[in-house]
Amino acid sequence: MHEPVWFRWARVVVLTLLGLFALMPVYVMLSASLKPLSDVQGAFRWLPSHLTVAPFIDMWKTIPLLRYLENSLIVATAASVASVLIALLASYAISRYRFHGRQVFSITILSTQMFPGILFLLPLFVIFVNIGQVTGINLYGSRTGLIITYMTFTLPFAIWMLAAYLDTIPRELDQAAEVDGSGPMGAFIRVVIPAAIPGIVAVLVYAFMTAWSEQLFASVLTNDSTRTLAVGLQGYATQNQVYWNQIMAASLTVSVPIVVGFLLLQRFLVAGMTAGSVK
Amino acid sequence: MVDTIRVEKGVTASAPPPPRKRRWRRGWLPYVLLIPAILLELLIHIIPMLAGVGISFLQLTELYLSNWRAAPFAGFSNYTLVVNFNGAIGQALLHSFVVTILYTVIVLAVSWTFGMAAAVFTQRVFRGRGVIRTIFLIPYALPVFASVITWNFMLQRDTGVVNQLLLDLHLIHSRAFWLIGQNSFYSLVVVAIWRSWPFAFLILTAGMQSIPTDLYEAAAIDGSGAIGQVRHVTLPLLRPVNRVLLLVLFLWTFNDFTVPFTLFGSAPPTQADIISIHIYENSFVSWNFGTGSAMSVLLLLFLLVITVIYLAVGRRGERHA
Repeated sequence: MHEPVWFRWARVVVLTLLGLFALMPVYVMLSASLKPLSDVQGAFRWLPSHLTVAPFIDMWKTIPLLRYLENSLIVATAASVASVLIALLASYAISRYRFHGRQVFSITILSTQMFPGILFLLPLFVIFVNIGQVTGINLYGSRTGLIITYMTFTLPFAIWMLAAYLDTIPRELDQAAEVDGSGPMGAFIRVVIPAAIPGIVAVLVYAFMTAWSEQLFASVLTNDSTRTLAVGLQGYATQNQVYWNQIMAASLTVSVPIVVGFLLLQRFLVAGMTAGSVK
Repeated sequence: MVDTIRVEKGVTASAPPPPRKRRWRRGWLPYVLLIPAILLELLIHIIPMLAGVGISFLQLTELYLSNWRAAPFAGFSNYTLVVNFNGAIGQALLHSFVVTILYTVIVLAVSWTFGMAAAVFTQRVFRGRGVIRTIFLIPYALPVFASVITWNFMLQRDTGVVNQLLLDLHLIHSRAFWLIGQNSFYSLVVVAIWRSWPFAFLILTAGMQSIPTDLYEAAAIDGSGAIGQVRHVTLPLLRPVNRVLLLVLFLWTFNDFTVPFTLFGSAPPTQADIISIHIYENSFVSWNFGTGSAMSVLLLLFLLVITVIYLAVGRRGERHA
């Protein structure tokens, strides 16, 4: 199709500016992580005076990075896996059955996603502290407590996305399986779940990513031994004396797997999100 | 690489898949399947929300935290306290609310504009399109805390890239403080836009893929230029997508906690005192859960009213269109 010359020029200018804006922090993160300490303590240098990988080695000692990493991994994995398992059952019911309260359930799930997290954090905190007082079970400051609170956002999202995904799997598939003698649950396990694997993986990864980045709940409900990456790194970065090259190295290290996972799966995510928005 | 960012065709709001006859099933099975989800929903959403409303009627300070049944009943006094705009607490809340509205409106408008511009300019195939699209998605894919910590470094007065860049371009003559005073508000807005616009781009790109190319050809034959095609074809057909996108962006921006918290910690400058941090500070720094809860309940009511009005207006607009 014909494109006027000004349109091409406008495209080059706009896309270049937006690309620079998007990449600026990536460049700063990457270049600073390869700089010696003296480079990040003076005025900003566009290029390192010399390249070094020392920040990637020292960062493990400056802050308890390994412990943060371990906590984040456990909490994010547990919250996303538990959410997806529970959501799979629920979304099969929503996608295939008409039952009393279907509408109410769907609307509740959708509306809880718009509520601010602080609304749940405050009472959950009070409830956790009181449960600890009465029963001696310590949820406040524990990983279990954090996993439960993370499900406040991973579960509704997982149900919504998986229901949208299951809707795209033809009913004829599970009905055929039932004709072959499987019950509804047999058809679900043997036919629907295998067909939904791409959607399940995408939701799993996305839930993991949101839990990995979560800041609000973790800043209140963790202590020194259960602190996650988001809170640990933020706490260190707002101190007076900061080794910026090390914290940039740490930020880069914990970001790369997430970015790669997102870019690989974004096709499924967009399909799920936009499908969810039509209902 | 070029094709990693191809968005699935035909799954967008403006072009629903051909209606398949829904064969509904009935029976007891769905109730069983829903039991775990309902139990968990009760535990993590319904009960905490009711408890939150309950706490807002109590004088729950740190003295009574571990035994909240002993906390004195406060009636509506928490509510009258936080909406008394002559008192210090009410005034601070009102100020925070105004700041948040301003912040949300700017971030929303700019993010949508950037996302729309990027989507329009990457709509047609050209060399390097796949790479560009991947680059645009990176801000959204990065964990928020990691990228906002980087912004914190970038905005440092003496060691940051922002001051250096502005000096090199001769836009400023002396280094500015970006994380305190009125500048902190602008910094927060820029960082939030940086984080949000790729989402608008992602959703708008997906929406545009479902617009048939012959509509553009017809518009071109009718004499529409590039701008005319955007106005007469793209924008009208994106309306359903935009309706959802703007609502989601509004709620996310308005409720956002991670970006301001990572940038400023739990005590932000007053000029950048976003409502979620304000409530957080009132509850967990000054340990008054009663007033904190009253503020959260009011916030929730505000969001509900806005959402209902928005959806109602949108629906009416659609009928008249």
